[in-house]
Amino acid sequence: MNSSVSLTSREEIEVHRFSWPVSIGIPLLAIFLQVFLSQSLMKVLDLPLLVTIFFAVARRRPIPGMITGALIGTLQDAWTGHPIGLFGIAKTIVGYLGSSLGVKVDVDNPGSRFLMTFAFVLIHRFVYMAISLQLVGGSEAWIWSHTLLSALVNGLAAVVLFAGLDKFKLRN
Amino acid sequence: MENFFTRYKNPLALMAVLFIQVVALATQVKRPEGAKPGSTGSGTRLIRVWTVTAFTPVEKVFVSTGRFFRNGWHNYADLRSARQQNKELQDEVARLQMEQVRLKQDADQARRLQVLLDFKEKFIAKTLAAQVIAFSGTEQSRLITIDKGSNDHIKTDMAVITPDGIVGKVKDVFKLSSQVLLINDHDSGAGVILENSRLQGIVKGTPLGELQINDIMSDEKVEPGEHVITSGGDRIYPKGYSVGTVITSTPDHENDPFLIIKIKPAADLNRLEEVLVITDMGDNSRSASNGPEPMRAADILSQRLPSVPKVDPNAPKTPGGTGVPAAKASPTPAKGNPLSAGTEQKPAISSGQTKPMAIGTPAATSTANKTVEAKKPPSGGQPTATPANATGAAATPAKPKPAPKKAVTPAVTPDSTQPSAAPTATPKPTPKKAVTPAVTPDSKQPSAAPTATPKPTSTPTANQPATQPGNQERPPR
Repeated sequence: MNSSVSLTSREEIEVHRFSWPVSIGIPLLAIFLQVFLSQSLMKVLDLPLLVTIFFAVARRRPIPGMITGALIGTLQDAWTGHPIGLFGIAKTIVGYLGSSLGVKVDVDNPGSRFLMTFAFVLIHRFVYMAISLQLVGGSEAWIWSHTLLSALVNGLAAVVLFAGLDKFKLRN
Repeated sequence: MENFFTRYKNPLALMAVLFIQVVALATQVKRPEGAKPGSTGSGTRLIRVWTVTAFTPVEKVFVSTGRFFRNGWHNYADLRSARQQNKELQDEVARLQMEQVRLKQDADQARRLQVLLDFKEKFIAKTLAAQVIAFSGTEQSRLITIDKGSNDHIKTDMAVITPDGIVGKVKDVFKLSSQVLLINDHDSGAGVILENSRLQGIVKGTPLGELQINDIMSDEKVEPGEHVITSGGDRIYPKGYSVGTVITSTPDHENDPFLIIKIKPAADLNRLEEVLVITDMGDNSRSASNGPEPMRAADILSQRLPSVPKVDPNAPKTPGGTGVPAAKASPTPAKGNPLSAGTEQKPAISSGQTKPMAIGTPAATSTANKTVEAKKPPSGGQPTATPANATGAAATPAKPKPAPKKAVTPAVTPDSTQPSAAPTATPKPTPKKAVTPAVTPDSKQPSAAPTATPKPTSTPTANQPATQPGNQERPPR
């Protein structure tokens, strides 16, 4: 008897695949929109993070999940004035946790997607802050109100975005 | 052992990836000796070059397409109100032209004074317009990407501005694009001056994207709404350019003797579309040296103030007259100088014109009009002394010309900026009167009328009060 605890049904732990154009194009599009759209909107919305979470929980494999996060984060770092690697490390961890969580929890439900994204935004922010302060010597400030607002906005956006991205899943 | 790797494959992979990234990060953070503060290692990261270079053409296409449609709509909308705008602009141009004349005079004077002080100031000599094609996309870094790069001769640390105020400086340069660090990024800084109080400080960005000055003592009074301009001390931004206005000024409790002065940026840093990159900074001292000849402060002051004839101690004094037989002329009389024209002299009647004034001679200030009489020199060909020209330029020695036999009574108003009362100083034909040209305060300069032998027959006209003895001894106005 399998003693492992899982909160997902058999269908929910199905590993989804994506075509190569989607696997490459969606993250690039997310980064493009992030740097192209209005700066005021992108203060709270983090499209590359949402894409990282989506691919991680959909594939449900930690190694591809964290590599996806690492690549997206590194590309995102290129547009910032910070040393390259801050977003890379943060999104690597989020990708790993997302793919690990996808095995255990039902991540196709809108409510769970909102809560999951909400939590991952906080984790992403925390990891970024920790690296910036401890390794790079930055002067970031943790502002609860802004962080919670960002988590809320990204959680709501994730519900909509993930529903749209579900159409790109290749089911066996 | 094999089971260990198999069992913990995923965590081990995570640690390996993280380790690689941390090492890569460490190589960037470790700054080589001599590297500039704020730089992230030696040169630009290759991944940054690749990413920005790959995205730049796409960004440019999107920006250009969007601009095309937006401009098309705006052009249509603008045409509807073009007539009214045209009229308003014409009025504005006329007003600005008048203002330009005044400013030009001020600028010329400032340049001359800068030469005197050996003052070197940078000013904007050349700019390059650029379009903003991307933002950093995160609030942790306030960075924009513009569509001009090394192909357009953009270099790092060039200042980026808008007509409203400063924006930031160029951080990284690629072939087709450049990244600009905004002034509200927490890695940014700029030397500033508070315009009214003239307090100097350094404006820095905060993690929230605000502008702050933290190095002004709390005993200074800084009012909200005060304008903040660049000081030029950072050698990046030109001096005097707008930075923003003070929003609040509160004591810094963590850093007690200092204030926290929050600044509202003059440029809208959240809605940047087009910016100007200052590609060349001129040197005011150079341009000034190419302009008018260096002048002494006394000469400049003499042009800006009304003059009164200076008493030549060697000249015979005329009771009740100015008793100024030979006047010192400014080195370069202007064209059209009434006395050097050789024809019938007319008083200079021009509001705002400058006239020489001997420093420490309040006589001119106490008289509404003072006439200066000129007389034909005895030799008939000697240079005549010249009062200041109408434009305030320094006078040059007058060419020997037959002096008119008519007296000259140029108006000398105490306040050159006011409309002259010269209409009352109508030139009066007073032939055979003594020559009493105007005098510059500089007695050391060679006289332009050394042979204008005075005849102490100067008769004050109705508008010419007699010069009181001892006027030269009075304190300057």
